[in-house]
Amino acid sequence: MSKRTVELELATPGLDAQGAPVRVPLAPAPGDAPDLGAEHMLVNLGPQHPATHGVLRLVVELDGETVVRVIPHIGYLHSGFEKLGEYRHYNQIIPLTDRTDYLSPMANNVGVAMAAEKLMGIEITPRCTVLRVIACEMSRIISHMVWLGTTSIDLGAFTPFLWAFQERERIYNLQEMWTGARLTTSVTRVGGMMADIPDGFVAGLKEFTRTYPKTLDEIDHVLTRNAVWAGRTQGVGVLTRDEAINLSLSGPMLRASGVAYDLRKDKPYLGYETYDFDVPVGEHGDVYDRYLVRLEECYQSNRILAQAVERLPAGPINVDDPRVILPPKSRAMSDMEAMIYHFKQVMEGVKAPVGEAYVGIENPKGELGNYFVSDGTAKPVRWRIRPPSFINLASIARMAEGRLLSDLIAINASVDIVMGEIDR
Amino acid sequence: MNPSVDALRTTFGSAIGRALDVRGDTIVYVQRERLRDVMRWLRDTPGHEYHYLVDVTAVEYRDRERPLEVVYFLRALHRQVDLRVKVELDATGDLTVDSVVSLWAGADWLEREVYDMFGITFSGHPDLRRILMWETYSEGYPLRKDFPLRGRFSRAEQVRQALNISPEANYSMEELSIADAYDDLPVDMRERLRKGERGRVQESE
Repeated sequence: MSKRTVELELATPGLDAQGAPVRVPLAPAPGDAPDLGAEHMLVNLGPQHPATHGVLRLVVELDGETVVRVIPHIGYLHSGFEKLGEYRHYNQIIPLTDRTDYLSPMANNVGVAMAAEKLMGIEITPRCTVLRVIACEMSRIISHMVWLGTTSIDLGAFTPFLWAFQERERIYNLQEMWTGARLTTSVTRVGGMMADIPDGFVAGLKEFTRTYPKTLDEIDHVLTRNAVWAGRTQGVGVLTRDEAINLSLSGPMLRASGVAYDLRKDKPYLGYETYDFDVPVGEHGDVYDRYLVRLEECYQSNRILAQAVERLPAGPINVDDPRVILPPKSRAMSDMEAMIYHFKQVMEGVKAPVGEAYVGIENPKGELGNYFVSDGTAKPVRWRIRPPSFINLASIARMAEGRLLSDLIAINASVDIVMGEIDR
Repeated sequence: MNPSVDALRTTFGSAIGRALDVRGDTIVYVQRERLRDVMRWLRDTPGHEYHYLVDVTAVEYRDRERPLEVVYFLRALHRQVDLRVKVELDATGDLTVDSVVSLWAGADWLEREVYDMFGITFSGHPDLRRILMWETYSEGYPLRKDFPLRGRFSRAEQVRQALNISPEANYSMEELSIADAYDDLPVDMRERLRKGERGRVQESE
């Protein structure tokens, strides 16, 4: 790019007869006026940039401050999870899913276990069903809290970030209590759960569901009618209903565009049809509506959690099938039959019948699909994750081109991406 | 079995292969040549209206005799009906399928990923480039069964290539055309680009 200098006359030419400075009207310097509209600029955003929420790299062509073209680059976090899955037993795949969408690990665990169970034709127990609902909704809350916090920072509001992360911390403490880990939860197993909830968990969750809406009210109070927030989000990144469907969007992105589609309502799993909750739907399809949809989903997840914890039935968490569930260690050490089952499961894994199964669940970011193809061995031939934020991010160029660079930041934040899942 | 399968058979006849009902999901095999017609028909015909493309992926079986499959997950949102369409490709033959990006814009990145991971070409795709692996990645297609888990090259070679990659390879030629960025590059980079050595690493001794 060639360098330009613009000369301006700023000083007054002197004093008049009365000793007052001579006022000259501001006028462009003589000569040809520079052509300010001609040259575009190449701006590289990321992969190390706080506003790209991970290692996303956007190559942006700018005309002044207007975005002409966005070329996203992904793959910096590619770990080959799908390839790794082909070399692992079904239960060994579950830890990999912690690391895909690492903002909602428990929901990913549920999704992959459900796909393996559909493949093997396993019906899980009533207690396990409710525990999985609790896991999914806890994940939705922490994922939306991270989204809310980081997006508000991107758009210049720091306080909601602190409130949101404080609430997330309380869920993390519960998660740690249940699984022993804050992030690498691996809470499910094919046919059941890794562990039952510990003493004090129910009381802790009840306390959370009682007090959590107050924080949401505060965030709502600070952001929803905030002029700066509304100004930076309303009418930005608009996708119409038809565009959203054509772009295969899912989750809050799809619902903010006015498509009332939620897998929990439309293809109920884990008994979601028996819970009383609403699905918020936007009408403008802009960043502001995506914010409203996610905020309301937090309230609704809280409602589901409160109902689930009330109805939690007693009983076993694992199916009564020694071929898929490891026997208790005490029995494996004393009972011949239990020891054989233990040995076979650990050494050979659980064999799945020939065929394939796809299960989509409503993850915080959209439809998380897990697709298993089996050839009858204990390891899948193909494990495919349908990554919701990968597909949602693909629409970023369409939303951002023609808008301002600052809108690109808001749009990128509104997609709610997590690079672990996009790059897998 | 999904009723769309019978409707497909009456419309397209022999272009529709076998149809299976696997654990409640309907899978229908479609001849490669008619894929785009079948997909357009499924999307636009009243009573079927699969407006939503859930996913596109591919499957290669461990059994070398079996063909590769490209799998399309379709959904009629208002009816809550799913249909899985598969196209079979001979692994030793021409791995080309028609792109469906003109029907569903959401297929753009999904088809790029299948191309990147399996080496299947989607003819008519507007921008078929690698997506998860970098543009100059030369080890092959990672999700193919003949691709070893740790990659084709040794760890030492992978590290050497990563360290020796030339900086201009971070931008595609299209990106370097933005704002005449090409002219601002140092002379040695321009020289490498002129000779077509974009991001290529010299062979190790």
